[in-house]
Amino acid sequence: MCRDATVCAVETVRWVGAVGWVGAVVRLAGLLLLADSRLPAGGHGHSGGVEALVDCGLLTSTDDLALFLDARLRTAGLVAASFAAAASLLAAPVSGIGRYSDQYHSQAWRRWDAAVEVRTPVAALRVASRAQGAALLRTAQLAWPEDGAVRALVELGRPHQPLVLGAASAAAGATPAQAAVLAVHHLVGGAATAAVRLLGLDPLRVAAVQAGLAPLVDETAARAASAAELAVHADDPDLLPADATPLPEIMAELHHASEVTLFAS
Amino acid sequence: MHLDHAKFDYAPLPAGPRRGFRIGIGGPVGGGKTALVAALCAQLRDELSVVVVTNDIYTEEDAEFLRRHAVLPDDRIRAVRTGCCPHTAIRDDITANLAAVEELVEAHDPELVLVESGGDNLTATFSYGLIDAQIFVVDVAGGDKVPRKGGPGVIRSDLLVINKVDLAPLVGADLEVMRTDAERVRDGRPTLFTSIRNQPEVPEVVRWVREKRAALVGTG
Repeated sequence: MCRDATVCAVETVRWVGAVGWVGAVVRLAGLLLLADSRLPAGGHGHSGGVEALVDCGLLTSTDDLALFLDARLRTAGLVAASFAAAASLLAAPVSGIGRYSDQYHSQAWRRWDAAVEVRTPVAALRVASRAQGAALLRTAQLAWPEDGAVRALVELGRPHQPLVLGAASAAAGATPAQAAVLAVHHLVGGAATAAVRLLGLDPLRVAAVQAGLAPLVDETAARAASAAELAVHADDPDLLPADATPLPEIMAELHHASEVTLFAS
Repeated sequence: MHLDHAKFDYAPLPAGPRRGFRIGIGGPVGGGKTALVAALCAQLRDELSVVVVTNDIYTEEDAEFLRRHAVLPDDRIRAVRTGCCPHTAIRDDITANLAAVEELVEAHDPELVLVESGGDNLTATFSYGLIDAQIFVVDVAGGDKVPRKGGPGVIRSDLLVINKVDLAPLVGADLEVMRTDAERVRDGRPTLFTSIRNQPEVPEVVRWVREKRAALVGTG
C-alpha cells in the first residue's frame, strides 16, 4: 500500500524499472486498426443483407437480427473468414507461408480470387465484395506502401474483400487466425449497425446480441483458420468452405435492382 | 486551418490528363444544393467537360432530378449510397465517393467534377482528400441565425452560398444580419447571396468556380 501519492509514484517507477520496458511485444495495434469500423474501408455503405430483409418485412426486431446473424456467420461468415485467413497465410512472410508475399505475385492471387467469385453466386454481392475490397485496398496501400502482397493485389485490379482483408491483416502484423476473426467481426458489426440505423433498434440490446454471438464468432474463425491452413498447404483454394444462405443472397439481388435503397448492399 | 492551396497533395486519385477540378457542394436539406448543381451544369457544360456524383440519402433521388432536367447525359452522373450516413461518405470514409469520381474520370476525363453531399446538418463538411474546394449552401428560410451558429461548413467552406434570398421578407430573415455574421466567422472567405429560382444563371457562383479552377489547374 502507498502511504501517499509521491511514494506511490516512486514505487511505480521502481516497479516498471525492474520489469523493463521491452517485454514480449504482442502485435495488436495493427489488428485493432483493421477491426475499427472508423477505418475508411467503405463498410458504412453496406448493410450485410439487412436492408433487403428490412424492406420486405422479414427482419423487424433484435431477435430477428440475432437469428439472421447466427445463420450468416456459419455460412457467408465462414467463407469470408476462410479466404481472409488463407490470404493472410499466403501474404505473411513471417507468421504465414508467404508464398505470394512479393509484389510480382499478382497473377498467383487470381486463382484464389476466382474461388471467392464462384462462392458468391449472386452478382450483386460479387459487385459489393469487389467494391469493398477496392475501398480497403485504397486505404491499405497508403497504410502499408511497402507491403508486397498489398501491392500485388493492387496490381490484380479489384480483388474480393476477404483477400484484401487477409493481406492487409498480414501487413498489419496480425495472424491468419486473427484475420479470420476480423472477417466475421465485420460481417456481424456491419449488419448490426445497419439494423440500428434502419429500424431504430435499441443499440444497447444489439450490442448484447453481438456479445452473445462472440463465442460463435471465435468458433467460426477457428474453423476458417483450419480450413485455410489445409487449403494453402495443398495449394488448392477449392478446399475452402463454400457454404451459402440462399434467401438473403436472392434478396440481395432484388435489393440491388430496387430504386430506393440507403445501402449499396 | 484553412486549406486553400496545394490540395493535390491529398489526392489519392490518379489524375486524368486534364486533372478535373473537384468541388464539393454540401449543406442542410432543402437549401438548394441540387438546384445549384443543376445551375452550374447548365452554365458550364458548354465550356467544360462536367461530371456529377450525388450522395442523396435516397440514393437515386438527386441523380434522377438531374437526369429529368437533362442538365447532363446519364453517363456523366453517378449516385453513391451512403448507408444513412451522408456525412461519413464525404468526410470520414470517402472511399465510395473516390471510387465514383475515379470511374467518371476514367470514362470522361472531366475538367470539372461536382460532388454533391446528401442533405445533412450544419456540422457536415467535406474531406479535402475527396475535393479541391467546397461550397456550403444554406437558405434564408432556415433562419437568419445560421451564419452565427457557425459549424465547419459555414465557417471554413471555400464559398458560402446563402440561397432563396427572395424568401427573406416572407420568413422575416434579415440579410444584413446574415452578411455581417458570415463575414465575422469566415475570416475573409467569400459569401454569395443567391436566388437560384429567380436567377438560375447564378453568375457570381459561376465566376467563382471559373476563378478557383484557373487558380488550381492553371487554365481558365
